[in-house]
Amino acid sequence: MKRSTLFVGQLLFTLLVCAFMLVPVLMSLLAGLTRNYFQGISSGLTFEWLVQVWQAYAPTVWLSLQLAAACALCVCVVGVPAAYGLVRMNNRFSRAFEELMVLPVAMPGLASALALLLTYGQFGEFRSSWLFILVGHVLFTLPFLVRPVMAVMQRQHLPVLEEAAASLGAGPIRRFFNVVLPNCRAGILAGVLMVVTLSLGEFNLTWMLHTPMTKTLPVGLADSYASARLEVASAYTLIFLMMIVPLLIALQAISSRLSRGEKR
Amino acid sequence: MTGTTIRLEGCRKAFADGTVAVHDLNLTIEAGETLAILGPSGCGKTTTLRLIAGLERPDVGRVMFGDSDVTRLPIERRDVGMVFQNYALFPNLDVAGNIVYGLKVRGLSAAERNKRCAELLELVGLEDHGKRRIHELSGGQRQRVALARALAPRPKVLLLDEPLAALDAQLRERLRGELDQLLRGLGITAVFVTHDQGEAMALGDRILVMEHGRVAQLASPREIYQQPANAFVASFVGNLNAFSVIERTTDGLKVSGGELPWNCTSLPTTVYCRPEHLRVMECQGHLRGRLVGQFFQGAQSRLLVDVGAAQPLLVDSAEGVIHPTGALIALAVQPQVLFTL
Repeated sequence: MKRSTLFVGQLLFTLLVCAFMLVPVLMSLLAGLTRNYFQGISSGLTFEWLVQVWQAYAPTVWLSLQLAAACALCVCVVGVPAAYGLVRMNNRFSRAFEELMVLPVAMPGLASALALLLTYGQFGEFRSSWLFILVGHVLFTLPFLVRPVMAVMQRQHLPVLEEAAASLGAGPIRRFFNVVLPNCRAGILAGVLMVVTLSLGEFNLTWMLHTPMTKTLPVGLADSYASARLEVASAYTLIFLMMIVPLLIALQAISSRLSRGEKR
Repeated sequence: MTGTTIRLEGCRKAFADGTVAVHDLNLTIEAGETLAILGPSGCGKTTTLRLIAGLERPDVGRVMFGDSDVTRLPIERRDVGMVFQNYALFPNLDVAGNIVYGLKVRGLSAAERNKRCAELLELVGLEDHGKRRIHELSGGQRQRVALARALAPRPKVLLLDEPLAALDAQLRERLRGELDQLLRGLGITAVFVTHDQGEAMALGDRILVMEHGRVAQLASPREIYQQPANAFVASFVGNLNAFSVIERTTDGLKVSGGELPWNCTSLPTTVYCRPEHLRVMECQGHLRGRLVGQFFQGAQSRLLVDVGAAQPLLVDSAEGVIHPTGALIALAVQPQVLFTL
């Protein structure tokens, strides 16, 4: 089969773009495993940097996971009822509120962090605990859950299902738990997936809000880039990827299975 | 399970955009009666049902169930069963889960729930389907599950919103029969909304025909068909031939195509008759016209006869004699089947 020069050109261009995007990732991963980056691969491969990173920064990994989980939980508890309320109200006020909610995403993280510090900085206990960072993360990730959940709730059949439950005697709270929640699972899961991802990688806000005792993974990464060898920082990236990629794949699988079940 | 009387007293409902869906509606539905609310889309029939259900609150007026005023009660406290247009079955629960939902809400024990569920599955003929998922059911089965779910808590009133509209024609016919038997057996007060006159006639003890948010006529199916209150009811329920009267003759009315027998003293401008009341004659008849179309429908044929009026006449003929299209034929009519509006 004879392929046109146009096809070959397109293929080459695609491969070139792929390489442009992927090579830096591979270089970074490789750097984390190389004994001496400036001498190149010829200096030999080693796990020494990985071990060193783990010894110095393991607490940041655990704190990041803890933060992401707590953030997802808080955002669900606040965001799902909020989405329900906004969909139900559907007036000028609710639409304005929806826009306001996105403001912390549009604003530089540093600005929101500064506002939090100015207001709550004097409460020492709170300021120095990881909960302070949690507040920032919840603020930042809330719209990423509320939006997909609202989209699912706006589908036509949900109000009718609620009316059906009401006709069978169920009051508003029971309807929320029996009808609204189970039929919004796909939206909630998509939102949680986004929230966890964003919380794990969040740097702007966190960098302003953290204390030496509450360093998250991305903050630790910045720390190691600034203060340690390039190889250590690269090994850190490797650890970050090893942690987040399986997590994301698992969450994605759960969510796609759930939404498939709903479509049938 | 005995029904309750439902009374709407001067109910009016307008929507946010100002359109009035229901104007000052007064309506009494007797206990145990099946009322069909019939009308074209946008006539206020669904709003009327939702007012009875408690899904809408009237702007003015009262809704009475028996002697109690339920105007301000939401649907969950009215003790009504409702079958929704697309059934609104809970996709996250199986068939049995759907049926017992209302019993669970009322706090019945698991043993009681299972017993009632089995009774209802038997009632609607789905004994082996309790564990099925909703998406595994056919349209007809979903309709039955919706009915069983609505009946499970033994409501005093059953409300049905276009209960058969989502089904294909044959299934609709069969389920209509089953539904009729069921409603009669239960003696429950039932109200259903439909735009299908056949369904309304077959199921309703009485039919409420609505037009632009008002009652056009409330009467038994027979009365609605034979003595329609106005031209809207007459043309919405069944087909109608209209004759414009040209002048009075000694013993009849001159219309285009011939002369109709008429022995009343009044002189109407228009008289009407149903298609099945015109008879095709060999040569002698009241009217003469040209056969411009014919449609074989099994037990009878629908003929279109041009008598020179704006619309061809509709004739339902059960006679075996076949006339070729284009032939001149005569039509006879009895004076008592002609009516005015």
